[in-house]
Amino acid sequence: MSTNILEMRKITKTFPGVKALEDVELDVIDGEIHAICGENGAGKSTLMKVLSGVYPHGTYTGDIVFKGETVEFHSINESEAKGIVIIHQELALVPYLSVAENIFLGNERRGSSGLIDWNRTNHEAMRLMAEVGLDENPLTPVSQLGVGKQQLIEIAKALSKEVQLLILDEPTSALNDDDSEHLLGLLRKLQDRGIGSIMISHKLNEIEEIADRTTILRDGHTIETFDMASTKDPQERIIKGMVGRELENRYPKRDHKVGEEVLRVENWTVHHPTQPGRIVVDRASFNVKSGEVVGIAGVMGAGRTELAMSVFGRSYGRDITGEIYKRGELIKVRDVAEAISHGLAYATEDRKKYGLNLIQDIRTNISAAGLDKLSSNGWINGNEELKVAEEYRESMNIKTPSVMQTVGNLSGGNQQKVVLSKWIYSDADVMILDEPTRGIDVGAKYEIYTIINRLVAAGKAVVIISSELPELLGTCDRIYTLAFGRMTGEMPVADATQEVLMELMTQEREQEKMTEDKEVLS
Amino acid sequence: MMTGTANIRELVTRNIRTSGIYIAFVLIVAFFAILTDGTLLSSTNVTNLILQYSYILILAIGMVIVIIAGHIDLSVGSVVALTGAVSAVLVIKHDVPWWGGVIAALIVGCLVGAWQGFWVAFVGIPAFITTLAGMLLFRGLTLLVLGNISLSPFPPVYTKIAQGFQNGLLGGQGFDVFTLVIFAIAVAGYAFSAIRGRRNRISYNQTVEAAPLFVLRLVAVAVVVMWLGWQLSNARGLPNVLILLAFLVIAYTLVTTRSVFGRHVYAIGGNLSAAMLSGVKVRWVNFGIMLNMGFLAGIAGVVFSSRSNTAQPAAGNMFELDAIAACFIGGAAVTGGVGRVTGAIVGGLIMAVMSNGMQLMGIDQSIQSVVKGLVLLLAVAFDVYNKRRAGAR
Repeated sequence: MSTNILEMRKITKTFPGVKALEDVELDVIDGEIHAICGENGAGKSTLMKVLSGVYPHGTYTGDIVFKGETVEFHSINESEAKGIVIIHQELALVPYLSVAENIFLGNERRGSSGLIDWNRTNHEAMRLMAEVGLDENPLTPVSQLGVGKQQLIEIAKALSKEVQLLILDEPTSALNDDDSEHLLGLLRKLQDRGIGSIMISHKLNEIEEIADRTTILRDGHTIETFDMASTKDPQERIIKGMVGRELENRYPKRDHKVGEEVLRVENWTVHHPTQPGRIVVDRASFNVKSGEVVGIAGVMGAGRTELAMSVFGRSYGRDITGEIYKRGELIKVRDVAEAISHGLAYATEDRKKYGLNLIQDIRTNISAAGLDKLSSNGWINGNEELKVAEEYRESMNIKTPSVMQTVGNLSGGNQQKVVLSKWIYSDADVMILDEPTRGIDVGAKYEIYTIINRLVAAGKAVVIISSELPELLGTCDRIYTLAFGRMTGEMPVADATQEVLMELMTQEREQEKMTEDKEVLS
Repeated sequence: MMTGTANIRELVTRNIRTSGIYIAFVLIVAFFAILTDGTLLSSTNVTNLILQYSYILILAIGMVIVIIAGHIDLSVGSVVALTGAVSAVLVIKHDVPWWGGVIAALIVGCLVGAWQGFWVAFVGIPAFITTLAGMLLFRGLTLLVLGNISLSPFPPVYTKIAQGFQNGLLGGQGFDVFTLVIFAIAVAGYAFSAIRGRRNRISYNQTVEAAPLFVLRLVAVAVVVMWLGWQLSNARGLPNVLILLAFLVIAYTLVTTRSVFGRHVYAIGGNLSAAMLSGVKVRWVNFGIMLNMGFLAGIAGVVFSSRSNTAQPAAGNMFELDAIAACFIGGAAVTGGVGRVTGAIVGGLIMAVMSNGMQLMGIDQSIQSVVKGLVLLLAVAFDVYNKRRAGAR
């Protein structure tokens, strides 16, 4: 009964100087949910790009057999025509077009005159939206919806193309738990209808929950494919396969030596930059001591990033009120340069958009926030800069042949190490790390945690913002919870459990319920 | 995979964006040299070429910085006219000494730059709009300043700026020794800094080109530069404007590659948000970029008025387009974040050689325009194609 809908045979893809895939094999049974796991840079996305025709036939070697016939895709259009639809990590929706327009973009429903038949378009859009469980007006611009709903629109779009095999590249990495749950439920529903999917994910719980089989890639090779139901501890097996060694502990141990208070933020209130009157952060207060890791737990849209960015030199919001104390002294932080000079650092959750200059090399990215130290009278000491970059490549274990490598070519984990290097080099003593391990594989996560431990051991104060509760529980000394812009709780990690945190994170204010989705940062 | 030296192929593929332009330049020069029976490379013509296109090259230096930061400046032609006009009114009408006119032109250039910088950086009007407005505004002001008429001639000392030569300082035997000495010093300086840079890179374990290739490059540069020196010394000597140009190229190459300001320009063009969150004072950097463009347009205004020995209401028309074209032909990215001063200069020289070559051949103005347009389009198409290839991973 189990026929393969897809077979990829001996796929090899090389980039100048790098073998991204070597003899990779992948079988997907008709109607199954198939997970692909691997560290960043293991070749998962490359494999999917080969499959979907992003890398046209001829740029790789090997065969793709889809539904029993060998296929040669030269573009995404060709693979979509066969019913293979890929949904990328970065959603590809046009923000100013409506839900319905986005669903049928490139696939417009036309009337007999050749013009777009809007009634039919909106009607069919509503049908598809109902299928994916999206209760919105089809005329709503996509930009007004949150990431979770946008993800659903992508799936509705795939359904409109009569998808046979859905490929999702880290579909839940930007979603909160509710939205993730909904998405996974939807995948199961599609499976019941006979539509299978391939899912790339780093979230092992999720994979265990939903996948029928899992294929593990490492360094461009297939390690194994195994059946989830018949495996005793599948998560263990995945981790082992991905890193090639057993991780007895996902969070490295450290000594807790908490010192004096370094940063205290009091009564911090931030208004939305474009919607006057909307309060994004409401009288929030927190502090962090030297040698301490403090967590801020909150779901997407709780105001975590907004809190951090507004503290970091007012990079977000307007009408900001509240006080910041550095080692007990009231300080003014009017712009980022001042924040940096006061020893603050903020490593963004979206490193590609806000953290790195992707077209520049590692060297210049590392020195970007610490040029003062490398220059005199406005002239940069290039040799010193190179030396610094080399030091960080070594100490942060940035995997690259040269610090002159363009940052855009690095894997997520290595990019994050560059971001951290930049802030460590800026001599910050308070590091605010916003989702420091998002989109990073298990092995690199462990390295990032080790780096955080090294920072606090050196007496720095670290604030971690995360929606992954196990991560906070595993790394922090103390955890704050943030819900709807307000601090709803604070506790030492010993008292915290996922349940307690989750309850505080979803605690709403009685009078005014803010249900709006998180706005995209302007 | 990691090697101390890179082989030719790796070097070519990696640097195709920057090296392609030099190859194209050589081919274009060879092409027109053959078609004009060598007239293109004659002593007089080489001298003329430098004099004739120097102001475009000066503008291109400022423009490439503007473009790296992701902006554009459409007003430079009008600013050239305005600064030249101010200088002319002072020097010709009011008998101000030549240096008074020069200083006034530079001040006006800076004021214009500050004005546009204010709108771009602090009000947040896109540079395209700001400078489009500036193009009209400063052209209008030029007409006002000149009272709608041309002013000429300048006193001889003023025209020396762009038409004068350093000649005979060390005597000569049919050729100017001084010019050759200067060029020899330049070659030695280049070789010295190249060797030192290479040694530094090796000591920091960075990839360098293979030794024979490096030597080949040095020799090629030395031959070309000394040949240029020889040609010039056989004509009228070392043009003043070439000294100015060399100074500007060196200064701005250093600014873009070695200064904090330059680094910030690339950071803004590469990723504005990331630059902002790294503490770059984006507004002030943008202001500085526009200010600098105004300043260089002022210099170009002086050079152009001196060269043409007149200030005309229509001076500098379309200069902005030549300067912009030079940058893009020279490898600057349309999306910002990429570009080089040397690239813009070579891009400008390609335009110059093409115009000059076609003029020598007596090709009609209309055809010249068509060819230049196509070359610009193809240069950017080549860039886009390369990026797509490089980005295919």
